[in-house]
Amino acid sequence: MTAVSINWYLILGAILFTIGAVGVIVRRNVIVIFMSIELMLNAVNLVFVALSRQLHIMDGQIVVFFVMTVAAAEAAVGLAIIISVFRNRETLNADELNLLRW
Amino acid sequence: MSPLLFCILGAVLIASAFGVVLSTSPIRSALSLIVTLFFIAVEFLFLDAQLVAALQIVVYAGAIMVLFLFVIMLLNLQDDPQALAKLPLRAAGGCLGGLFLLAALHFFVKPGVGAGTGINTAVPDTFGSTETLGEMLFTHYLFAFEITSVLLLVAIIGAVVLAKKNLT
Repeated sequence: MTAVSINWYLILGAILFTIGAVGVIVRRNVIVIFMSIELMLNAVNLVFVALSRQLHIMDGQIVVFFVMTVAAAEAAVGLAIIISVFRNRETLNADELNLLRW
Repeated sequence: MSPLLFCILGAVLIASAFGVVLSTSPIRSALSLIVTLFFIAVEFLFLDAQLVAALQIVVYAGAIMVLFLFVIMLLNLQDDPQALAKLPLRAAGGCLGGLFLLAALHFFVKPGVGAGTGINTAVPDTFGSTETLGEMLFTHYLFAFEITSVLLLVAIIGAVVLAKKNLT
Protein backbone atom coordinates (compact mmCIF):
# COMPACT_ATOMS: atom_id res chain seq x y z
CA MET A 1 0.00 0.00 0.00
CA THR A 2 1.42 3.38 -0.98
CA ALA A 3 1.60 6.11 1.60
CA VAL A 4 0.35 9.67 1.27
CA SER A 5 2.99 12.01 -0.10
CA ILE A 6 3.32 15.76 0.42
CA ASN A 7 1.59 16.49 -2.91
CA TRP A 8 -1.73 15.28 -1.56
CA TYR A 9 -1.63 17.80 1.27
CA LEU A 10 -0.56 20.59 -1.08
CA ILE A 11 -3.47 19.78 -3.42
CA LEU A 12 -5.97 19.57 -0.55
CA GLY A 13 -4.70 22.92 0.71
CA ALA A 14 -5.03 24.43 -2.77
CA ILE A 15 -8.61 23.16 -3.11
CA LEU A 16 -9.63 24.54 0.30
CA PHE A 17 -7.95 27.88 -0.46
CA THR A 18 -9.76 28.10 -3.80
CA ILE A 19 -13.13 27.39 -2.20
CA GLY A 20 -12.45 30.18 0.28
CA ALA A 21 -11.32 32.61 -2.42
CA VAL A 22 -14.38 31.89 -4.57
CA GLY A 23 -16.53 32.36 -1.47
CA VAL A 24 -15.12 35.85 -0.97
CA ILE A 25 -16.04 36.73 -4.57
CA VAL A 26 -19.50 35.17 -4.89
CA ARG A 27 -21.04 35.81 -1.47
CA ARG A 28 -22.69 39.10 -0.54
CA ASN A 29 -23.07 38.70 3.21
CA VAL A 30 -20.10 40.33 4.94
CA ILE A 31 -19.97 37.74 7.73
CA VAL A 32 -19.84 34.86 5.25
CA ILE A 33 -17.08 36.66 3.33
CA PHE A 34 -15.26 36.88 6.64
CA MET A 35 -15.69 33.17 7.25
CA SER A 36 -14.34 32.45 3.76
CA ILE A 37 -11.21 34.38 4.71
CA GLU A 38 -10.85 32.17 7.79
CA LEU A 39 -11.16 29.16 5.48
CA MET A 40 -8.30 30.48 3.34
CA LEU A 41 -6.14 31.04 6.42
CA ASN A 42 -6.76 27.46 7.49
CA ALA A 43 -5.87 26.05 4.08
CA VAL A 44 -2.52 27.82 4.38
CA ASN A 45 -2.10 26.51 7.94
CA LEU A 46 -2.61 22.98 6.69
CA VAL A 47 0.11 23.42 4.06
CA PHE A 48 2.47 24.92 6.67
CA VAL A 49 2.04 21.96 9.01
CA ALA A 50 2.35 19.42 6.18
CA LEU A 51 5.59 20.98 4.95
CA SER A 52 6.89 21.23 8.50
CA ARG A 53 6.35 17.46 8.80
CA GLN A 54 7.92 16.84 5.38
CA LEU A 55 11.09 18.78 6.16
CA HIS A 56 11.20 17.79 9.85
CA ILE A 57 11.50 21.46 10.79
CA MET A 58 9.11 22.76 13.43
CA ASP A 59 9.20 26.39 12.29
CA GLY A 60 6.07 25.76 10.21
CA GLN A 61 4.12 24.99 13.36
CA ILE A 62 5.36 28.22 14.94
CA VAL A 63 4.07 30.14 11.94
CA VAL A 64 0.67 28.44 12.35
CA PHE A 65 0.69 29.55 15.99
CA PHE A 66 1.18 33.17 14.92
CA VAL A 67 -1.40 32.89 12.13
CA MET A 68 -3.94 31.77 14.73
CA THR A 69 -3.13 34.76 16.92
CA VAL A 70 -3.50 37.17 14.03
CA ALA A 71 -6.75 35.47 12.98
CA ALA A 72 -8.14 35.87 16.50
CA ALA A 73 -7.26 39.58 16.56
CA GLU A 74 -8.65 40.02 13.05
CA ALA A 75 -11.91 38.29 13.93
CA ALA A 76 -12.40 40.46 17.02
CA VAL A 77 -11.80 43.75 15.21
CA GLY A 78 -13.60 42.69 12.03
CA LEU A 79 -16.73 41.59 13.86
CA ALA A 80 -16.72 44.83 15.86
CA ILE A 81 -16.62 46.76 12.57
CA ILE A 82 -19.47 44.62 11.22
CA ILE A 83 -21.61 45.28 14.31
CA SER A 84 -20.87 48.99 14.10
CA VAL A 85 -21.75 49.14 10.40
CA PHE A 86 -24.93 47.11 10.92
CA ARG A 87 -26.09 49.58 13.59
CA ASN A 88 -25.82 52.43 11.10
CA ARG A 89 -26.97 50.87 7.86
CA GLU A 90 -29.21 47.96 8.97
CA THR A 91 -27.66 45.76 6.30
CA LEU A 92 -24.79 43.34 5.87
CA ASN A 93 -24.95 43.20 2.09
CA ALA A 94 -21.52 44.00 0.69
CA ASP A 95 -23.10 45.65 -2.38
CA GLU A 96 -24.91 48.23 -0.25
CA LEU A 97 -22.04 49.07 2.08
CA ASN A 98 -20.45 52.19 0.62
CA LEU A 99 -19.58 54.22 3.71
CA LEU A 100 -16.04 54.76 2.48
CA ARG A 101 -17.01 55.75 -1.06
CA TRP A 102 -17.15 59.43 -1.98
CA MET B 1 -1.57 8.08 6.94
CA SER B 2 -3.16 5.61 4.56
CA PRO B 3 -4.52 7.02 1.27
CA LEU B 4 -8.04 5.77 2.04
CA LEU B 5 -8.17 7.65 5.35
CA PHE B 6 -6.73 10.75 3.69
CA CYS B 7 -9.37 10.63 0.96
CA ILE B 8 -12.20 10.27 3.48
CA LEU B 9 -10.88 13.19 5.56
CA GLY B 10 -10.30 15.26 2.41
CA ALA B 11 -13.81 14.56 1.13
CA VAL B 12 -15.35 15.65 4.43
CA LEU B 13 -13.15 18.76 4.46
CA ILE B 14 -14.07 19.77 0.91
CA ALA B 15 -17.77 19.07 1.46
CA SER B 16 -17.91 21.16 4.62
CA ALA B 17 -15.89 23.94 2.94
CA PHE B 18 -18.49 24.01 0.17
CA GLY B 19 -21.11 24.14 2.90
CA VAL B 20 -19.52 27.35 4.22
CA VAL B 21 -19.65 29.03 0.82
CA LEU B 22 -22.93 27.74 -0.58
CA SER B 23 -25.43 27.59 2.30
CA THR B 24 -27.95 30.41 2.33
CA SER B 25 -28.16 30.86 6.08
CA PRO B 26 -25.12 32.36 7.88
CA ILE B 27 -25.66 30.08 10.88
CA ARG B 28 -25.25 27.02 8.66
CA SER B 29 -22.13 28.53 7.13
CA ALA B 30 -20.66 29.00 10.59
CA LEU B 31 -21.52 25.44 11.66
CA SER B 32 -19.95 24.06 8.46
CA LEU B 33 -16.85 26.13 9.17
CA ILE B 34 -16.62 24.57 12.65
CA VAL B 35 -16.71 21.10 11.06
CA THR B 36 -14.00 22.16 8.59
CA LEU B 37 -11.77 23.51 11.36
CA PHE B 38 -12.28 20.36 13.42
CA PHE B 39 -11.22 18.09 10.59
CA ILE B 40 -8.22 20.28 9.81
CA ALA B 41 -7.25 19.71 13.46
CA VAL B 42 -7.54 15.96 12.81
CA GLU B 43 -5.19 16.34 9.85
CA PHE B 44 -2.77 18.19 12.15
CA LEU B 45 -2.82 15.22 14.53
CA PHE B 46 -1.85 12.88 11.70
CA LEU B 47 1.01 15.27 10.85
CA ASP B 48 2.49 15.03 14.37
CA ALA B 49 1.43 18.53 15.39
CA GLN B 50 -0.38 17.72 18.63
CA LEU B 51 -0.15 21.15 20.25
CA VAL B 52 -1.23 22.95 17.08
CA ALA B 53 -4.18 20.55 16.74
CA ALA B 54 -5.27 21.25 20.31
CA LEU B 55 -4.89 24.99 19.76
CA GLN B 56 -6.86 24.72 16.51
CA ILE B 57 -9.82 23.21 18.36
CA VAL B 58 -9.63 25.44 21.44
CA VAL B 59 -8.85 28.77 19.77
CA TYR B 60 -10.36 28.43 16.31
CA ALA B 61 -13.29 26.04 16.60
CA GLY B 62 -13.88 27.24 20.15
CA ALA B 63 -13.20 30.90 20.71
CA ILE B 64 -13.27 32.45 17.24
CA MET B 65 -16.30 30.54 16.00
CA VAL B 66 -18.23 31.31 19.20
CA LEU B 67 -17.54 34.97 18.41
CA PHE B 68 -18.90 34.49 14.88
CA LEU B 69 -22.03 32.65 16.07
CA PHE B 70 -22.55 35.27 18.76
CA VAL B 71 -22.47 38.10 16.22
CA ILE B 72 -24.76 36.23 13.80
CA MET B 73 -27.30 35.68 16.57
CA LEU B 74 -26.89 39.22 17.92
CA LEU B 75 -27.67 40.68 14.50
CA ASN B 76 -30.51 38.16 14.07
CA LEU B 77 -29.56 37.25 10.50
CA GLN B 78 -32.17 35.26 8.59
CA ASP B 79 -32.01 33.06 5.51
CA ASP B 80 -31.11 35.20 2.52
CA PRO B 81 -32.42 33.73 -0.76
CA GLN B 82 -30.18 36.14 -2.67
CA ALA B 83 -27.12 35.10 -0.72
CA LEU B 84 -24.99 34.71 -3.83
CA ALA B 85 -23.84 37.63 -5.92
CA LYS B 86 -25.25 38.48 -9.34
CA LEU B 87 -24.69 36.01 -12.14
CA PRO B 88 -21.77 37.74 -13.94
CA LEU B 89 -19.86 38.03 -10.68
CA ARG B 90 -20.64 34.42 -9.82
CA ALA B 91 -19.35 33.29 -13.22
CA ALA B 92 -16.25 35.43 -12.83
CA GLY B 93 -15.63 33.99 -9.37
CA GLY B 94 -16.01 30.44 -10.61
CA CYS B 95 -13.68 31.05 -13.56
CA LEU B 96 -11.06 32.72 -11.37
CA GLY B 97 -11.24 29.89 -8.85
CA GLY B 98 -10.88 27.27 -11.57
CA LEU B 99 -7.92 29.08 -13.09
CA PHE B 100 -6.23 29.40 -9.70
CA LEU B 101 -6.79 25.73 -8.95
CA LEU B 102 -5.37 24.72 -12.34
CA ALA B 103 -2.29 26.88 -11.75
CA ALA B 104 -1.81 25.40 -8.27
CA LEU B 105 -2.21 21.84 -9.54
CA HIS B 106 0.24 22.60 -12.34
CA PHE B 107 2.87 23.40 -9.75
CA PHE B 108 2.02 20.69 -7.22
CA VAL B 109 1.59 17.68 -9.52
CA LYS B 110 5.11 17.73 -10.89
CA PRO B 111 7.37 14.70 -10.54
CA GLY B 112 9.94 16.57 -8.45
CA VAL B 113 7.62 18.17 -5.91
CA GLY B 114 6.76 15.19 -3.72
CA ALA B 115 10.11 13.52 -4.17
CA GLY B 116 11.25 13.50 -0.56
CA THR B 117 9.61 10.96 1.72
CA GLY B 118 10.14 13.06 4.82
CA ILE B 119 6.42 13.04 5.52
CA ASN B 120 6.48 9.27 6.05
CA THR B 121 9.79 8.82 7.82
CA ALA B 122 9.78 8.72 11.59
CA VAL B 123 10.32 11.88 13.63
CA PRO B 124 11.70 12.07 17.18
CA ASP B 125 9.17 11.95 20.01
CA THR B 126 9.75 15.61 20.76
CA PHE B 127 8.49 16.71 17.33
CA GLY B 128 5.38 18.85 17.74
CA SER B 129 5.38 18.54 21.53
CA THR B 130 4.48 21.45 23.76
CA GLU B 131 7.97 21.49 25.22
CA THR B 132 9.81 21.84 21.91
CA LEU B 133 7.37 24.38 20.54
CA GLY B 134 7.52 26.42 23.72
CA GLU B 135 11.29 26.36 23.74
CA MET B 136 11.41 27.66 20.16
CA LEU B 137 8.83 30.34 20.98
CA PHE B 138 10.82 31.65 23.93
CA THR B 139 14.25 31.57 22.29
CA HIS B 140 14.32 32.03 18.54
CA TYR B 141 10.88 33.62 18.18
CA LEU B 142 10.86 35.59 21.42
CA PHE B 143 10.50 39.00 19.78
CA ALA B 144 7.60 37.91 17.56
CA PHE B 145 5.96 36.29 20.58
CA GLU B 146 6.19 39.47 22.63
CA ILE B 147 4.93 41.60 19.75
CA THR B 148 1.91 39.29 19.59
CA SER B 149 0.83 40.53 23.02
CA VAL B 150 0.83 44.11 21.71
CA LEU B 151 -1.24 42.98 18.71
CA LEU B 152 -3.81 41.36 20.98
CA LEU B 153 -3.97 44.44 23.20
CA VAL B 154 -4.56 46.64 20.13
CA ALA B 155 -7.27 44.22 18.96
CA ILE B 156 -9.03 44.33 22.34
CA ILE B 157 -9.00 48.13 22.51
CA GLY B 158 -9.98 48.44 18.85
CA ALA B 159 -12.90 46.05 19.22
CA VAL B 160 -14.23 47.85 22.31
CA VAL B 161 -13.92 51.30 20.73
CA LEU B 162 -15.46 50.23 17.41
CA ALA B 163 -18.39 48.38 18.91
CA LYS B 164 -19.16 51.23 21.33
CA LYS B 165 -19.26 54.35 19.25
CA ASN B 166 -21.52 55.03 16.30
CA LEU B 167 -20.11 55.78 12.89
CA THR B 168 -21.53 58.99 11.55
